[in-house]
Amino acid sequence: MVPVVGLWRPRWPFWLALAAIAGSASVSAWALATVIDSGTLRYTLGGWAPPLGIEYVVDHVAAFVATVVTGVALMVVVSTRQAAAWEMRGRLGFFYSLVLLLIAGLTGIVVTGDLFNVFVFLEISSLAAYALVFLGGRRGMVAGYRYLILGSIGGSFYLLGVAFLYFTTGTLNMADTLAILREAGPSTPVSAGAVFIFIGLGLKMALVPLHLWLPDAYTYAPSSVSALIAPIVTKVGAYVMIRMFLSVFPDGYLTDEVPIGTTLIVVGLASMVFGSVAAMGQRDIRRMLAYSSISQVGLIAVGIGLATPLGFVAALLHIMNHAIMKATLFLASASVRLTTGASEIEGMAGLARGMPITMTAFAVGAVSMIGIPPSVGFFSKWYLSLAAIEEGRWVVVAFVLVSSLLSAVYLFRVLERAFLTPSPVPEYPAIAGAAPDAPLLPGSSGLRAGSGEPPRAAEPAIAMVREPSADVTLPIVLLAAATIVLGVLNVVVVTNVLEPGV
Amino acid sequence: MLDEIAARFPYWAIAVLLGVGLYGTIGKRSLVKKLIGLNIFQVAIILFFIAGSLKTGATVPITVLGEHAVAADFVNPLPHVLMLTAIVVSVAVTGVALSFLVRLYREFPGLDEEQILEDLGRPS
Repeated sequence: MVPVVGLWRPRWPFWLALAAIAGSASVSAWALATVIDSGTLRYTLGGWAPPLGIEYVVDHVAAFVATVVTGVALMVVVSTRQAAAWEMRGRLGFFYSLVLLLIAGLTGIVVTGDLFNVFVFLEISSLAAYALVFLGGRRGMVAGYRYLILGSIGGSFYLLGVAFLYFTTGTLNMADTLAILREAGPSTPVSAGAVFIFIGLGLKMALVPLHLWLPDAYTYAPSSVSALIAPIVTKVGAYVMIRMFLSVFPDGYLTDEVPIGTTLIVVGLASMVFGSVAAMGQRDIRRMLAYSSISQVGLIAVGIGLATPLGFVAALLHIMNHAIMKATLFLASASVRLTTGASEIEGMAGLARGMPITMTAFAVGAVSMIGIPPSVGFFSKWYLSLAAIEEGRWVVVAFVLVSSLLSAVYLFRVLERAFLTPSPVPEYPAIAGAAPDAPLLPGSSGLRAGSGEPPRAAEPAIAMVREPSADVTLPIVLLAAATIVLGVLNVVVVTNVLEPGV
Repeated sequence: MLDEIAARFPYWAIAVLLGVGLYGTIGKRSLVKKLIGLNIFQVAIILFFIAGSLKTGATVPITVLGEHAVAADFVNPLPHVLMLTAIVVSVAVTGVALSFLVRLYREFPGLDEEQILEDLGRPS
């Protein structure tokens, strides 16, 4: 319906999409409250009883992840309204339908209790994501096509794994599979299926040997798109992994029968280090954030791989943390790019003077990513270290520390540039006076960024940059505040939501 | 060895198809061939589901009212229905990929991956 309305009234799709996402966010929040109050919600589709029909199961973990996904999506969609209107001229209707399709797919994955249904929703959300990345100009097109091929291979591997499980158990319902596998004990087809499922999910999550699609896709997608997909898409892959551990395979199966837990830890540690090191070498801020995503997803994978309740708590907390802070960072950089056209770190010198609110939010997001105490980032890393120590895996703690230090290195590089380096060109009173308060400065090279030109055209503009309007900054500030508030309140989240869930 | 292959012929064929498909997506430079490889991979999985649900001596799962039906006489219809869905998904992916290819073909001189990367001015 949205594209039709978009052709008719170009302004409406945003409000329709906003209403839809706000609706699903409030439903998720309501579901979370209900689940905390009275336990798991179940809904059977089409009136077929669970083992035969498809069942939606909303337990603590699902409600938590659904709330995070829809809440972050809501903030991002509000904040990127101007960026999207600029980048998607004339195609807003299609853009917002793809956004809604993406979120429908992601929430579908989260609430479903059926293995095959996960595959269908995975492909729905991925198709929307491919198309969104494809909108990003020439480079975005190539990145989007690559993402499509690799992402579909990932989905197919998942389906292959489900085939093995189905032939052994004869059921696709997750709870039923768990019961049957518990009774049947270990067998080769089940183990093979588990391996295929985790290869597929690893591709979707961009863990290290399988990460090749991610940096290009996040860098060259339109900034309104990368701010949306970077925080939430890979997180849902991680959620499906947790689901596999919690409610498909019996306790200990994935650690004792098949060494998937250990593999995940090793791969996750490799991702953490590789992502951080690669991020340090990047000049484009979006590319830097994309590589840091790889490293943060690695951290989540380590939490999952430990396969203890505390490990899952750490992974889930980090899913929330990473979704919120990566949205903050991507939105702040998108807003910088929208205002100044600069997406290279070099071009951000002295930016904090013109855009103090945006850059402060960026700094708060960075603090949470590094893991400095009052933020959520500190607590998710804290729980991860506790879980690792409990298991006697001290190496993990060392890696967490090293990767935090590395991320401090590359994030402080941006902060130093924005806050401490004076702006390269002194303020020209004449130009500053002539500059309109329009959010888009003429000569902004934003759309051509990435074509390899140094942002010369943008540099004089830095000195007279102003904050974009409140609807852009407010969501960023809210998200940044959320990392601190949730960090302080992390005990509430952990004891009420996460611990009963895992 | 040969007997073993003959006895489980469909599965060996599927394994070969999976390998061919994966090679196509990763090893080939042409973007079109990558898509063909992806399709072969997906078809192999669909065939795997169908081959796995083979049941000799059974019939279509339609019961006549009032007649006594035994489950052993019928094929389980679920894998076939699932594969209908999987085919739809695979068609959707192929459709999106083909429309991407059309746009890419208009934008770039050819559909060879190396050539496109060169055109973008970035070392692969």
